[in-house]
Amino acid sequence: MVEVVSWISRMMIPSILVLIPLYAVMRKVPVYESFVEGAKEGFPTAVSIIPHLVGMMVAVSVFRETGALEFYLKFLSPLFSWLHIPMEVVPIGLLRPISGTGSLAFVESVMRTYGPDSFLGKLAATIQGSTDTTLYVLTVYFGAVGIRRSLYALKVGLWADLAGFLASWIICSLMFL
Amino acid sequence: MIHYIWIFMIASGVVAAAFQGNMDVVTQAALNGAKEAVAVCIGLISILVFWLGMMRIAQDAGLLDKLARLLRPVARFLFPGVPENHPAMGYILSNMSANLFGLGNAATPMGLKAMEELQKLNPDPRTATPAMCTLLALNTSGLTLIPTTIIGIRMKHGSVDPTDIIGPTILATFVATTLAVLLDRYYRNRTFDAHGRLKK
Repeated sequence: MVEVVSWISRMMIPSILVLIPLYAVMRKVPVYESFVEGAKEGFPTAVSIIPHLVGMMVAVSVFRETGALEFYLKFLSPLFSWLHIPMEVVPIGLLRPISGTGSLAFVESVMRTYGPDSFLGKLAATIQGSTDTTLYVLTVYFGAVGIRRSLYALKVGLWADLAGFLASWIICSLMFL
Repeated sequence: MIHYIWIFMIASGVVAAAFQGNMDVVTQAALNGAKEAVAVCIGLISILVFWLGMMRIAQDAGLLDKLARLLRPVARFLFPGVPENHPAMGYILSNMSANLFGLGNAATPMGLKAMEELQKLNPDPRTATPAMCTLLALNTSGLTLIPTTIIGIRMKHGSVDPTDIIGPTILATFVATTLAVLLDRYYRNRTFDAHGRLKK
């Protein structure tokens, strides 16, 4: 199983890299020109995201590094212990929507402390895998085209993250405990 | 809503620093955040340039149209407002496929192209459309079949069976994505009328 999955993910990009241009050549598409034409858009797109991402990541960084995040975690801990949700994975769930690398750091520390095959290790992995960096995605996608009013998109994303977190906890408890 | 989260994070950070009597932390954190954001964007350049080039080849060869035709039933259900043969559809579907296979890097450029095409259909370029919100709902709910990054990390830490979290992850993602699609529908009906115009 491990071999199959890692083989598939290793083969994915090389096969895309070969198959798309090959098919295009057969359809008489000038592939190299096409590539360059499309690739040109990459730089301006990346640059146009900078202001949005700086704005967001400054706030995230201030929130994290000043200890504000830790304060809210402590404040919420009675609620989580009442629900029997292990405190070790709470920072992952709380941080995941705002910072992917931030929550990944907590996943790593859980794996280092308890091992990747422990219940907590598996739970941490499942949480990280089933949720997404909602704030980052929203900032980048809406920022790139200049949308100011995101309407209900953020709300939906955050509810989905909470659902992914709780579902991970329930499913892992049933499967691995 | 994003305004409130933004100001909430900054204000509580400043208050926390004040309680510790160390305001310098705020300055340092703000500059670190800015630096990190630019680093992320620089990292994005290579990915965007590469994948947008590949995407253009796929588009010129008609592959995106093929993909869109193949997944038309799904698309019609999720994005009823987007015309069936619109180029946005091909990008949306390749963004979804890239997400499903855990090719996070490839998903972003495709999602951005999709947004760009959806923006062309937008009567008010500053306000999101229903289709944009649905695309975001799919992307922010963590739609994944193979969580490649996580499997990699578990391998690194010497897991005996690094892929045994695939099952639970797919289940949990399914719950999250289903909820996101349902909530998206609910809020869409509250926010927009049948013609995709903002109510009130």
